[in-house]
Amino acid sequence: MQRYDGSERRALERAIGEISEIARGFGLDFFPMRYEIVPADVMVAIGSYGMPSRFTHWHFGKAFQRMKLSYDLGLSKIYELVINTDPCYAFLYEGNALLQNKLIVAHVLAHSDFFKNNVYFSGTNRQMMESMANSAERIRHYERIYGMKQVEAFLDAVLSIQEHIDPYSRAREDGFAWEVEERPFEATLIQEKSISRDAHDSALTFGKYATGQGSGRYADLWALDARLTEDEGGAMGEGAARQEVRPGRNKSGRGEGDDRAKADRTSARRFPPEDEKDVLLFILRYSTVLEPWQRDVMTIVHDEMRYFWPQIETKIMNEGWATYWHQRIMRALDLSEAETIEYAKMNAQVTAPSRTSVNPYLLGLKIFEAIEQAYDNPTEEQMRRFGMKKGEGREKIFEVREIENDVSFLRNYLTDDVIRHLDLYVFAEEKDAWRITTKDIEKVRDALIRARTNGGYPTIVVRDGDFGRRGELLLSHIYDGTELDTRYIEKTLPYVHYLWGRPVHLETVLEGGAVRFSYNTERGEVTKEKIG
Amino acid sequence: MTEMSISREDWSLHRKGYTDQARHQEKIKEAIRDRLRELIHDESVILSDGQKVVKIPVHALDEVRFRYNERKREHVGQGDGGSRPGDVLGTTGDEDGSGQGGGPGELPGMDIEEVAVSLEDIEEALFRGWSLPHLERKEEAKQESETDVFNDVRKKGLMSNLDKKRTILNALRRSAHPAGTHRFQISPDDLRFKTWQQEEREEMQAVIIAMMDTSGSMGKYEKELARAFFFWMRRFLKRYYEQAEIVYIAHHTEAKEVSEEHFFSRGESGGTVVSSAYRLALELTETRYSPQRFNIYPFHFTDGDNVTQDNPTALKLFTELIARSNLAGYAEVSPYARKSSLWQTLEKIPKERFKQVMVRDKTDLLPALEAFFLSSETHKVG
Repeated sequence: MQRYDGSERRALERAIGEISEIARGFGLDFFPMRYEIVPADVMVAIGSYGMPSRFTHWHFGKAFQRMKLSYDLGLSKIYELVINTDPCYAFLYEGNALLQNKLIVAHVLAHSDFFKNNVYFSGTNRQMMESMANSAERIRHYERIYGMKQVEAFLDAVLSIQEHIDPYSRAREDGFAWEVEERPFEATLIQEKSISRDAHDSALTFGKYATGQGSGRYADLWALDARLTEDEGGAMGEGAARQEVRPGRNKSGRGEGDDRAKADRTSARRFPPEDEKDVLLFILRYSTVLEPWQRDVMTIVHDEMRYFWPQIETKIMNEGWATYWHQRIMRALDLSEAETIEYAKMNAQVTAPSRTSVNPYLLGLKIFEAIEQAYDNPTEEQMRRFGMKKGEGREKIFEVREIENDVSFLRNYLTDDVIRHLDLYVFAEEKDAWRITTKDIEKVRDALIRARTNGGYPTIVVRDGDFGRRGELLLSHIYDGTELDTRYIEKTLPYVHYLWGRPVHLETVLEGGAVRFSYNTERGEVTKEKIG
Repeated sequence: MTEMSISREDWSLHRKGYTDQARHQEKIKEAIRDRLRELIHDESVILSDGQKVVKIPVHALDEVRFRYNERKREHVGQGDGGSRPGDVLGTTGDEDGSGQGGGPGELPGMDIEEVAVSLEDIEEALFRGWSLPHLERKEEAKQESETDVFNDVRKKGLMSNLDKKRTILNALRRSAHPAGTHRFQISPDDLRFKTWQQEEREEMQAVIIAMMDTSGSMGKYEKELARAFFFWMRRFLKRYYEQAEIVYIAHHTEAKEVSEEHFFSRGESGGTVVSSAYRLALELTETRYSPQRFNIYPFHFTDGDNVTQDNPTALKLFTELIARSNLAGYAEVSPYARKSSLWQTLEKIPKERFKQVMVRDKTDLLPALEAFFLSSETHKVG
């Protein structure tokens, strides 16, 4: 217990002071820092909960057990643990040697800089530690009133759809954009202009998914699209917009006998007017079976997911950025020979490659280094045409850390050279084994981007909140070439049903054909039917 | 100057990791309980002889969510510079997606929990709330055995009973003493010996008289059911008795005592006279397994197909048998739960020390066992 009260503590303080100065000298702009010295199990606990003050649930217990075991067996070490708050908390394991702490401090300062400056974090709640503590207290309170089991069962259900939110919208506070707009249902508007339903459908879907935009905030832009379609006499209708197999929606306008198509013909009103990405919030606002405490729990989960989302979406960048800087800072420190060797070992562990996954620390680092290199030494043509100057690499990577997320980072800056240099490949299941299927540069890049799209989770939207005009919920998986695991569909739909209180459906694509999974309590099991 | 602080708060309040971990463990146990029906007739459990640990996938413990089918997904990995398309990274394993590769959890799609379940885990879940009705101390069972219990340590004793650990410890302690020689040496004074005392133990014994119809109508499936049933019955009785023996009586028109192997394997053709088995069981309680020394548990597995004229005799003999037993049972295997004339005859027996259960298929095994042992007196029969 006394370990950090004496000379060691002073040494650590000195080191942190020095490292912070160097970091500032490099231009890193971080939050005030709070370093906490903690024992291993607390470290593991914070790691598995994501936040020291978070509510309790067996999901976290499972993660804790796994991490603790792996830690106890010496299989893994949590090197760094840093919380996106202002002030920014960084946790240091009490058994760390001074040198390890130096590396970690250098690393987390860059994380703190990233949290503070990356645009995707601009909306996050920097007092989240307190908010989560309050939320945890409320959940404890509900547990006392309604019983542990009931709260746990409800959380099981809510957590099953927690990824399906619209992370950057203010809809949780202000309501959905389409709820507050004066003309909430533009479908009506467009129909007034007597555009065929087909054209309208296509224009909406096309505009939306071509750009990945989700909410009605840019509805005016899609309306422009619709007008364009009108001008072209609906030329976009059939061909261009339907490049992908998309369940249900495409054909619904033509009414091939499914319930919703019939419903569509009788009324143009859609609910929600466009596919709604925030499934969690939609259910929270429109389910008719939720008690007030349950809505509160959903709000808590929604807020927490929204807080974690930017971190999920910038994993490669964030770790790459921190690794880039801990290397620069450590080099600037005056290390002894033994320390240099020890540091090199730790650094090698952090950036170790893996045959079956991508190490975000390494990949991010290499991309940032490649950007710097390229902008330090522009070609003659780049200087002539784009006015680039020599030596602008550092400036450029600061700009990149500000405006990109993993998907745009990979798309814009993962060069062929980096892919070749790191020997990246695509692998998949082929003939009962995991095999390298291709090393084609474009395919590797595409696979990486797909794996990072929507935080790596399948995109699920609310397509119809009044399916078949029976108040049923129709979810749709936006199929991008990767199928869902049907066993998990069968397990998740009953949870969604529990939250929605009425029959629920999920459209997706299996083996190239659109299918719909349905669950209602009378049948008591998930059924599957082909559609379209 | 710098905006930073180092602190060392007391984080000991943050122990929820352990409580949530305990909750997760509890969920695993619940999952075992939920799967009991399947587990208890799982051959790998029954034939494990208590040694093997069974691994069962517990899907209930996955974090449920919509997720990609990892086996139909493209993943990205990194080579050492010489990777080529077609290189194998690992095998994909069985249908469950739990393949084996470079290391556990390294390859995609392996998030399905496989929980190693030992026989004890299953027993703990299965025997919860069970009790053994009418457990009796048998007078003559006392002083059945004398056991040597090593429960003392002395300085003198037989060299073969030397307590090596204590001896070394003493030697270490002595040589570490400041006044000592600092050389490690075991002196005669360091020697410690384990000694024993004789204890008289009460030996409780039980015998299961397993009777089964081996006529042609009892197929392999029915016998598997019976085997699983007797397996768990015996495991349970072992909790109460040092000795829980099983004798097997196979019968068709006549009964004989057979080996376990014979009991569960061979089928014989011909009609069935149930009373023959009851008579033999009764004889056994008079000769080898007297009620003065043994707790007796006769149990009869049959399809109920008996020669009708035999029923009154069967009733009479079985009633006598029950009088000498702690608890007797009759299970009728019938896919359509159709009560035979034998069932109807035996229904007249008072239910205090007699349980009658209908087994349609293997999912009825658990209710059948529970009917026998679950302490609550109200259970559905048939």
